[in-house]
Amino acid sequence: MEKSTAKKFHIDKTFKTNLITYSIVIAAFIIVQILISAGQVSSLMKGLLVPLCIYSIMAISLNLTVGILGELSLGHAGFMCMGAFASSIFSISMMDSIPSAGVRFFFAILVGAAAAAAAGIVVGIPVLRLRGDYLAIVTLAFGEIIKNVVNVLYLGKDSNGFHFSMKNAMALKMEKSGTIILNGAQGITGTPKNSTFAIGVILTLITLFIVLNLINSRSGRAIMSVRDNRIAAESIGINITKYKLMAFTISASLAGVAGVLYSHNLSSLTATQKNFGYNQSIMILVFVVLGGIGNIRGSMIAAVILTLLPELLRGLNAYRMLIYAIILIVMMIFNWSPKLIDFRKRYFHLNRAKKERV
Amino acid sequence: MALLEINNLGISFGGLRAVDNFSITIEKGQLYGLIGPNGAGKTTIFNLLTGVYKPNAGTILLDGNNITGKKTVDINRAGIARTFQNIRLFKDLTVLDNVKTGLHNSHPYSTVAGILRLPNYYKVEKQMDEKAVELLKVFDLDKEKDTLASNLPYGKQRKLEIARALATGPKLLLLDEPAAGMNPNETAELMDTIRFVRDNFDMTILLIEHDMKLVSGICERLTVLNFGQVLTQGKTADVLHDPEVIKAYLGE
Amino acid sequence: MMSFISYFINGLSLGSVYAIIALGYTMVYGIAKMLNFAHGDVIMIGGYVVFTVVSTMGLGPVAGILLAVILCTVLGVVIEGVAYRPLRMASPLAVLITAIGVSYLLQNIALLVFGSNPKSFTSVVTVPALKLADGKLTISGETIVTIISCVVIMIGLTTFIKKTRAGQAMLAVSEDKGAAQLMGINVDGTIALTFAIGSALAAIAGALLCSAYPTLTPYTGSMPGIKAFVAAVFGGIGSIPGALIGGLLLGVIENLSKAYISSQLSDAIVFAVLIVVLLVKPTGILGKKINEKV
Repeated sequence: MEKSTAKKFHIDKTFKTNLITYSIVIAAFIIVQILISAGQVSSLMKGLLVPLCIYSIMAISLNLTVGILGELSLGHAGFMCMGAFASSIFSISMMDSIPSAGVRFFFAILVGAAAAAAAGIVVGIPVLRLRGDYLAIVTLAFGEIIKNVVNVLYLGKDSNGFHFSMKNAMALKMEKSGTIILNGAQGITGTPKNSTFAIGVILTLITLFIVLNLINSRSGRAIMSVRDNRIAAESIGINITKYKLMAFTISASLAGVAGVLYSHNLSSLTATQKNFGYNQSIMILVFVVLGGIGNIRGSMIAAVILTLLPELLRGLNAYRMLIYAIILIVMMIFNWSPKLIDFRKRYFHLNRAKKERV
Repeated sequence: MALLEINNLGISFGGLRAVDNFSITIEKGQLYGLIGPNGAGKTTIFNLLTGVYKPNAGTILLDGNNITGKKTVDINRAGIARTFQNIRLFKDLTVLDNVKTGLHNSHPYSTVAGILRLPNYYKVEKQMDEKAVELLKVFDLDKEKDTLASNLPYGKQRKLEIARALATGPKLLLLDEPAAGMNPNETAELMDTIRFVRDNFDMTILLIEHDMKLVSGICERLTVLNFGQVLTQGKTADVLHDPEVIKAYLGE
Repeated sequence: MMSFISYFINGLSLGSVYAIIALGYTMVYGIAKMLNFAHGDVIMIGGYVVFTVVSTMGLGPVAGILLAVILCTVLGVVIEGVAYRPLRMASPLAVLITAIGVSYLLQNIALLVFGSNPKSFTSVVTVPALKLADGKLTISGETIVTIISCVVIMIGLTTFIKKTRAGQAMLAVSEDKGAAQLMGINVDGTIALTFAIGSALAAIAGALLCSAYPTLTPYTGSMPGIKAFVAAVFGGIGSIPGALIGGLLLGVIENLSKAYISSQLSDAIVFAVLIVVLLVKPTGILGKKINEKV
C-alpha cells in the first residue's frame, strides 16, 4: 500500500511541474488577450508577440540539444533558416492549389519541420562524432553554410513547372509569365502573413509537450544517460549514435517550426547575419544558459524576458544595448561564479538557521 | 560448457604488451576473482571483454558465442554487464532512473508512444518501475529512489552501479573494485550482497579487487595477473598461499 | 597564371592576419580552456584606436599602432580580470556566454563613441607596392608588411615560449593548472599575461586588417574573429604552428574560392573545408589526440 502511493507521487511530481509550465503559457496568452481588448498593448508590443513565441520555441528546442543531450550547438539558427525558407516556398507555390490559408499553413508547418529535420540528420551524422568545442564550432560552420547557400539559390515557377539555378534569376530561363519565388540574396517576397499570436502560442505548447514528454520517457532517459556518461551508457547497451541523432533531429525540426512562424510573420524574407547567422544562434544559447541548462521552463521564460528587455529599455535609446550587455555579464557572474554561489548558499542557510531558531 | 572462455587474449599500446597470452575459463555460477598489483592489466582485460578496446590477439567466447572485437553495445546485449573502477553513474538522473536506463533494451516502447503518452507508455513504464524498485530493494536503495545519483554517499553509488548493470539482465557480471573506498562494515555488507546476487539471479561474477578479505571471503577461484600475464590461477586458498603470488605483491 | 599568383599572395596576406588573430584565440584556449568570443571585438577596438590617432589626431601610424597595442593590452587584461576570472572554476558554457556579453559590450561602446557609419581607414603601411614580372604582378605594400609581420610575430612568440620563464609557465599552466599552481607558478598572472599578449596581437591584426580592407564599423571584428577561430581549430587549437598553418590555409582557400568559384559562397567553402578537416582529423591538423581513460 505504502509503495503504490509513493510511486504515484513520483509520476505526479513531474506531471505537476509540466502542468505548471503549460499553465504559465496559457495564462500569459489570456492576460495578453485581455490587455489587447482593453487597448493596453502598444502596436510595438503587438509586433513582438509572435517573435516571443518564435524565440521561446527556439530556446526550448535548443535546450534539448544543450541541456538534455549535453552538446553545445552554435548553429541552431541554421535550422530555423531551413524551416523558414522551405515553408515559404511551399506556401507561395501552393497559393493556388490550396486556397484555404489555414490548411496551407498547417502543411507549411509540417514542411518546415521536415526540412529542418532533414538538415538536422545531414548535419548531425558527421557532427555528433565530434566532441565538445569541436562539435560547437562545426555546428557554427554548418549554420553559416546553410545561410550562405540559401543566398545563392534561385527558384522560379512557370507553366512548365519549377526552375532552379545557383547563378542568377536570368539563368532560370523562365517564360515571361513565370514568377520568381526565391531570388538569391533578395530572398522571398510575398509569403502569406499567416502567423498569429494564437498560433504561436499553440506551437509553443506543442513544442513544450514534445520536449517535456520526450525527457520523461525511455528515449529521454537514454539521451540523458549519454549526456551524463557516454561510456557507461554504452556499457548498458544504449545505442549512443541513435539517441544523439534523435535528440539533435527533434531539436532541429522544432527550430524549423520556429522558422515557419518567422517567415510567415514577414512579407519579405532574406537570410542575413542578423536573423539566421551565428549571432542569432548565440542569442538563443544565451536564453538557454540564463534560463538554466536543461531547465525547459526556465529557458522559455529567459527567452521572453530577454526579448522584451531591449524593448523595455527603449527609453534609454542608444544606451539600451550597452545596458543589455552589462546586465548579461553581471547576471552570468552572479549566477555562475563559484564564490558568489558559496556566498549565496551561506547567506541562505544563515537565514534559514535564524528562522528555525526563532 | 564454460560460460566464459578466453583464449590467448592480447593487446599492445604503442609497443607495450598490456595484456599478453591471457586465458581463463569461468563456469556458470562461479564467483571468480581477478587480482594482481596495480598496473598489471586487470581493468584492461575488462575493457577488452566489454569492447572498449579491440584485442590484437586471442578469442573471447561467451556461452559458446564468439564476441571477440564486437561493439560495447552488442556485447552488453550478448550478456556482459560491468561496473567501473571510477564510478560512472548517470549523475543527474535519479537513482530509479539510473536503474530504468539499465532496463532500456528489455522494456521497449517507441519514442512516439513516449511523446504522445500512448497506453503502451504507461504499461511499460509501470513494469519498469516495479522491476527497478525490486532491484533497488536488493541493494537497500529503494528508499533513495528519487535522490539524484550524485547525491548518494560513495558506498551506495557503488551499489547502484551494480544494480544498474544487473538491470540489463546479463549472464556475466564484471565488477571492477566494488569495495574500493568502503569501510570494513560496508565491505562485509557488500560481500553478502554479491553472494545474494549470485545465488538469486543465477549470476556468474568476475571481479577485480584489492581487498584480500573480500577476495578470500567470497571468490571460489582466482587468477593472478602480473605485467599483463597470468602468474597463476586456481582455487582461492591455493593461489593465496602460492609463494610466487606473495612475491609479486610484496616484492623480493 | 599571373592572376592566380596574385590571388594566392593576397590569400597569404589575409591568411597572415587570420593567423595573428588565431594566435590570440589559440593561446587563450590552450591556457584558459575557453572560447573568447570577444577576441574579434578587441581587433575592432584596435582599429578604432589607430583610426583616431592617425585620422582624427593627425599623428603618425607608428604612434597609432603603439597606442592601440597598449590600450588593447590593458583592455584584454581588464576583461580577463573583471569578467572571466570570477568564472574560472565555473562551467565552460557560463564563460562562453560571458564572453559573448563582453563582445556585445565592446561593440556597443564602439557604436556609442564612433557611431554606426563606417569610417574609412587610412592605411598604416607606407611601403610602396612591389611590381614584378614586368608589371604584370603587383604586390601591395600592405600585403608585404602583413606577411612579414606575421612571420616576425610567429618567430618572436615561439622564442618567447621556449626561452623565457614566463613562456614556460604558460606551457605548464596549459598542461595542468593545478599542478602548475603546486609548482609555485602564478596561475592568475600567467593567464593575465596570455590575455595581454593575445590582445596586443589583436591590436596589430586590427591595424593590418583595416589597412587591407579600409572600412571600419563596430562589427568589423566579429567575422574575421570567427574565421580566425576556425583557423585555430583547423590547425589544432592550442598549437601555435597550427594557428599559422590554419590561418594561411584559410586565407588562401577564401581568396581562391572568391576568385574562381563564387564570392558569395567563399565563406561557405571555408566552413565546409573546416568540417571535412575535422571529420578526418577530429582535433585539427596539428592537434593532440585525446583519449578518454576508462
